[in-house]
Amino acid sequence: MHLYEQTAFELSRMLNSREVSSVEVVRSFLERIDEVDPHLKAFINYTPNQALETAGEVDSKRIGGEKLPALAGVPIAVKDNISTMGLQTTCASRILENYVPPFDATVISAIKKAKMPILGKTNLDEFAMGSSTENSAFFPTHNPWNLERVPGGSSGGSVVAVAAGMAPLALGSDTGGSIRQPAAMCGMTGLRPTYGRVSRYGLIAFASSLDQIGPVSLTALDGALLMNLIAGYDPLDSTSLSDAVPDYSARLEPDLNNLRIGVIRYDQGDGFDPEVTAAVYKAASLLEEYGARVGELTLPLTDYGLSAYYLIAPSEASSNLGRYDGVRYGFSVDADSIEAMFSRTRGEGFGPEVKRRIMIGTYALSAGYYDAYYLKAMKVRTMIRSDYEEAFKKYDLLLGAASPTPAFRLGEKIEDPLQMYLSDVCNITDALAGVPSLAVPAGLHSSGLPVGLQLTARPLKEKLLFKTARFFEEHRKQVPLRPELNFLEGRGR
Amino acid sequence: MAVDFNAEVDYVARLARLFLEPDEKKRMAGQLSDILKTARRIQELDTTGVEPTSHVTEVPAVLREDQVKPSLPLNRIMQNVPRRDKGYLKVPRIADSQQDQD
Repeated sequence: MHLYEQTAFELSRMLNSREVSSVEVVRSFLERIDEVDPHLKAFINYTPNQALETAGEVDSKRIGGEKLPALAGVPIAVKDNISTMGLQTTCASRILENYVPPFDATVISAIKKAKMPILGKTNLDEFAMGSSTENSAFFPTHNPWNLERVPGGSSGGSVVAVAAGMAPLALGSDTGGSIRQPAAMCGMTGLRPTYGRVSRYGLIAFASSLDQIGPVSLTALDGALLMNLIAGYDPLDSTSLSDAVPDYSARLEPDLNNLRIGVIRYDQGDGFDPEVTAAVYKAASLLEEYGARVGELTLPLTDYGLSAYYLIAPSEASSNLGRYDGVRYGFSVDADSIEAMFSRTRGEGFGPEVKRRIMIGTYALSAGYYDAYYLKAMKVRTMIRSDYEEAFKKYDLLLGAASPTPAFRLGEKIEDPLQMYLSDVCNITDALAGVPSLAVPAGLHSSGLPVGLQLTARPLKEKLLFKTARFFEEHRKQVPLRPELNFLEGRGR
Repeated sequence: MAVDFNAEVDYVARLARLFLEPDEKKRMAGQLSDILKTARRIQELDTTGVEPTSHVTEVPAVLREDQVKPSLPLNRIMQNVPRRDKGYLKVPRIADSQQDQD
């Protein structure tokens, strides 16, 4: 088994027992990146020298007998909307193509403190707006299970990096499904933490009341280990929660006795693949067999949630993206008047989806429409939160699909924004409610593509999500679930 | 509430300071009208007496001590500025220049 095939937990064990050095581990991933990323295009920027430098430092400290954090020397990939000091952070947008952050995001400070080598910055839909990673201004990322399929999005690069053995862990961000939907489409584990659990400081803002950073991993344990580093209060994020952070990775043994599980019943008109629905019910029976009490529920506002989301998120985006004016950073078009400079800079710097959302948001916030659109959407958001509060009176966990279908074809939905938005239908209401939600692989579809489950819990109950994911791992044939990269077979012919 | 979005695109693009080419405007009008048609479905819900949610956390306004702390070094911030001159940001003339021109 190659080092790049190991889980983060296993690599950490091997490093701690000095079976391998961090430089060897990092080299293995760098070689794998060289081999497969030209086909998959998960990364926007590679940082091999920086990664090897951190690895070397870890190795000498370990030899010197210094006590090191659990993931020291285990490399990681970072979504390119998370600020890295001195290292280009583009948001996969022309407007930030040459932007070099003057500071680190709080999560980056945390992984640097933990001595995790950073392998590079991963591709995304421009400003995290999209569900397929095709909205990147640079190039689309391909699904390692089938190169003609999208990896999902917007954290497609981070998810593909982990799925294809180019990184054992990655950081993504989730505004309305951007970690969970791609994780489902690539067979990975991906957590959207409770809103406020992980600092957003340095995450380039899309929709501030919804954005959350979270881990992408091969297993629940790996995700828990990364959460141990990034969760917690941060004075630099005023929405950050001060609640105590549990040890997410300690005692992850699932205990299903008397756990109340609510299976979310979807309207089949929402374009659900029957095999996806079957996988959800199969998972429910398995939980029941091992002691859980399973019931069914509907979240009747799901469709309205999608409508509310596509008003709230663009409204916040139109305000957040007002800062890109060509004055202080980023791409800039010189012009005779300041207004022409702003408009031209933004017109040439933003791609089509970002422009669409700025337009929707500006419209929804404009005089005469504010009450009917934005204010109304915020009230619907309150109703959705109440729906969840009701559901959590009866159930400890909600179980559903993390994506209504397996990965769709590249180009299939790019011309039809509404169809693209519908691919987040499973993920959006959790985000509006601010509750934690985890995508867990459920095996393979008859097409050979992965299918993902989604588990949702009360605020701050991330650990219950990891424990339940662990239960599914114990009953799955293949853990971690990895694609065979068929395109490598033809080499040398 | 049927809105002809063609008429609105110019106005909204101006508010957003977003230059759009004529073909972009046309495409945008069609797509926005579709998206807003779906978004408008929330009008079906009765929200009488419902408070709006702008943020899900119940954290009150966060205050901190009014202490002077070092800020980021100016040169590191200025390195991203597209047009600069001696520590200043350069932009096209903003003020009405009537009185400058004697």
